[in-house]
Amino acid sequence: MPPGHPNGVRADRNWPLRFDFTTPMASAPATLTVDSPEVHDAHAHDHPPHLQHHFVSSEQQFDAAKMGMWLFLATEILLFSGMFVAYAVFRTLYPATYEACATALNTMQGAFNTLVLLGSSLTVALAINAIQRDDQKGLQRYLLLTLLGAAIFLVVKYFEYTHKFHSGIFPGLAFHPYGEEFGHLATVPYARQFFSLYYVSTGIHAIHIIAGMVVLSWVYLKARKGTFSSSYYTHVELGGLYWHLVDVIWIFLFPLLYLIH
Amino acid sequence: MAQTLTADPHAPTAHGHAAHPTDGSYNYLNYDKTFMSWAKTVDHKRIGLMYMVTLALVFLVAGLFAIALRTELIATNWTNYAAGEQDAAGTIMNANTYNWVFTMHGAMMTFLFLVPSVPAILGNFVLPLHLGAKDVAFPRLNLASYYFYIAGAVLVIASLFVGQLDTGWTFYMPYSARTNGSVTFLTMAIFIAGFSSIFTGLNFIVTIHKMRAPGLTWNRLPLFVWAMYAVSLVQVLATPVLGITMLLLFTERIFGVGIFDPALGGDPILFQHMFWFYSHPAVYIMILPAFGIISELMGTFSRQRLYGYRAVALSSVAIALLGFLVWGHHMFVSGQSAISSIIFSLITYLIGIPSGIKVFNWVTTMYKGSIWLQTPMIYALMFIFLFTIGGLTGVMVGVLAVDVALHDTYYVVAHFHYVMMGGTVIALIGGMYYWFPKMFGKMYSERWAKIFSLFVFVGFNTTFFTQFLLGAKGMPRRYWDYIPMYEHLHQISTIGSYILAVGLFGVLGTWIWGLMKGRKAPQNPWGAATLEWTHATSPPDPHNFTATPVVTRGPYDYYLADEVFLTRNAPSSGDGAAGDGSDGDVPQGDGSGDGAAATVVARPIVRDFKPH
Repeated sequence: MPPGHPNGVRADRNWPLRFDFTTPMASAPATLTVDSPEVHDAHAHDHPPHLQHHFVSSEQQFDAAKMGMWLFLATEILLFSGMFVAYAVFRTLYPATYEACATALNTMQGAFNTLVLLGSSLTVALAINAIQRDDQKGLQRYLLLTLLGAAIFLVVKYFEYTHKFHSGIFPGLAFHPYGEEFGHLATVPYARQFFSLYYVSTGIHAIHIIAGMVVLSWVYLKARKGTFSSSYYTHVELGGLYWHLVDVIWIFLFPLLYLIH
Repeated sequence: MAQTLTADPHAPTAHGHAAHPTDGSYNYLNYDKTFMSWAKTVDHKRIGLMYMVTLALVFLVAGLFAIALRTELIATNWTNYAAGEQDAAGTIMNANTYNWVFTMHGAMMTFLFLVPSVPAILGNFVLPLHLGAKDVAFPRLNLASYYFYIAGAVLVIASLFVGQLDTGWTFYMPYSARTNGSVTFLTMAIFIAGFSSIFTGLNFIVTIHKMRAPGLTWNRLPLFVWAMYAVSLVQVLATPVLGITMLLLFTERIFGVGIFDPALGGDPILFQHMFWFYSHPAVYIMILPAFGIISELMGTFSRQRLYGYRAVALSSVAIALLGFLVWGHHMFVSGQSAISSIIFSLITYLIGIPSGIKVFNWVTTMYKGSIWLQTPMIYALMFIFLFTIGGLTGVMVGVLAVDVALHDTYYVVAHFHYVMMGGTVIALIGGMYYWFPKMFGKMYSERWAKIFSLFVFVGFNTTFFTQFLLGAKGMPRRYWDYIPMYEHLHQISTIGSYILAVGLFGVLGTWIWGLMKGRKAPQNPWGAATLEWTHATSPPDPHNFTATPVVTRGPYDYYLADEVFLTRNAPSSGDGAAGDGSDGDVPQGDGSGDGAAATVVARPIVRDFKPH
């Protein structure tokens, strides 16, 4: 920076933003790069096949992908937050209804599903750990176990849903409970709304489980082809992050819906 | 990563491309001209242009709706007010059609035009160039966001065949659960278009964090990038809430879940809270990118380092964060508690502070600057004038007692249009003129652009300033008809809207003329100092830069940029700088029109003064 600059530029001070120095200022050459007609790609270095053309290095690509995933997870949390807000409002408005209706949910099945999801979160973490050690077999095994956990969760959820459907507990206007077990809910004011919220929130959560299964299956197929190694496992890491999120949301849904009585 | 960036950029690459000309004759527009190369492109510049064409169509349709509304309002439908005789057919449409048209105007303009507008068009085109990057971090996600947008737009069009949407763009419950099926389509359309918005925001945040060129520190980022960063934060954090709101409204209509519908035990005010939790930050999604454009224009056309760089940069982020805390000011008369209204009102005032910081810094940048009154600068000045009116009237409607009187009147309509049209759209037009030479490698006609900017300015103020008066006199918004006392002002407003339409079609005409017949643009017609002007050809190479730029100065160090600029682009004959630099003079090339080397900007460079 020439000392005689008219406006007294202080451009290389970084205050107050001392975070994220992915660009190495200190090592940058002092002169501006001149166009070189011969060269059309500026990255002139080792070029692994997975490195996309617009990234400089594998690290940059991995960091970018991971940051993108974290931001996506933030949007997911905010998506569910809408339902949590609705839940908070109506539980405050109709506390007796919420307690009465929560007893109709099967705590044992919910608890079992919670354990299953926690276990699948563990296995997906172990899958990432395996590929970091270049353990291809371990990666595939743990991915399959995770998928198995997801499948068990959905099967249990299916039985929970159908059991209620058989007693007339549907979301929305179709809600007409009858029979030994659930008949008393017909007299609970706004019980329809509790179960609607239950179906909407657990239903959207189940859609996320299915999406997670699709993602992890795709990662598994790639893993079988030997795509990943300890130097390149972006998809495994991102799939794992997503799976943890799905797990965390259930951790909130379970006590809020099942355990409030 | 450090070692890879400092590697010799001139060494041949592993997959060595054939040598292409680097004077801009081989560029992102012409390297592959097939239709599929556009439809499947992951190039941020092409995606930006695709958005530009699509959004222009949306703006045309939604704008024609507005013209229809103004035409309906040109005369009162009371044939005999004293006797209570009203013409149900209206001037050109009946009341139901009017409800449909204003709803479509609002919904399309906000969700399909204003929300994506600047980030999708100029953000996509300019942001990676500003960062010295080859592309955004996730190019395929970028293309996906475009197709999500298209899917949303198609659903909006499909809704036209289902029924006439008549809820207003806000879809307030419980009416939106009762009216015809087009609401279901619109909720899905907005849900899907929301993905487009989230993907764009997410992409930009990661790009800004991870894709900056060597030496491009946070304090060397152009302010457009700072604005895009702030707006991306809002897009990522606010849009999902709209998504779940629309999803719940959808289930409300399909199943009757009773979350928003009071008849089923739901809470319609909850809908308003959730809707405005997105839709208030959404107005910052719309206006923040415009701030970014204006910062670029103010610096470049005042030939002055932008005053208070850090304050302007951080005020964008401050607005983005404060914008999340003020949604309740839309609900002062909706029945929220008095204490929350007071708090929301107070935080609303606070937003005036960072907004004021920006306006004052822009004005100060012009002080003792070498102001060059080209079309982009004219629009920038127009922006400051109109945005100041729009912003100050916004503070007025943020006052609790005043808002009770002005709520749902034309005053709010006028305020909103001053900020959104006088702000965002004017800045978008200014930005389009500014980057037009970079986008297409052609110059537009400066004379005609200035003439039509006059039409836009006069037309806009005639249309909307009268609406402040109408609102202050008590004219409610969204009414198909009015009592005769409002007729004169409505007529003035309608005539203004026709002038505005002429101006906007004229603006489009100058762009089309520029594309067809425009002179070849030099690399840096404005003498700007950001990377897209100093390091990329007009139009840019498919990979943006022929070598990764290394940044050693700030974005508004015009003095330093000139060093590079003069040595690299000066024509050998020396007649490139032949223009006299007077106002209205387009920087001249070498006059031979052979499209050879880019030429130096032909205006005096003022550098020997110390303004502050």
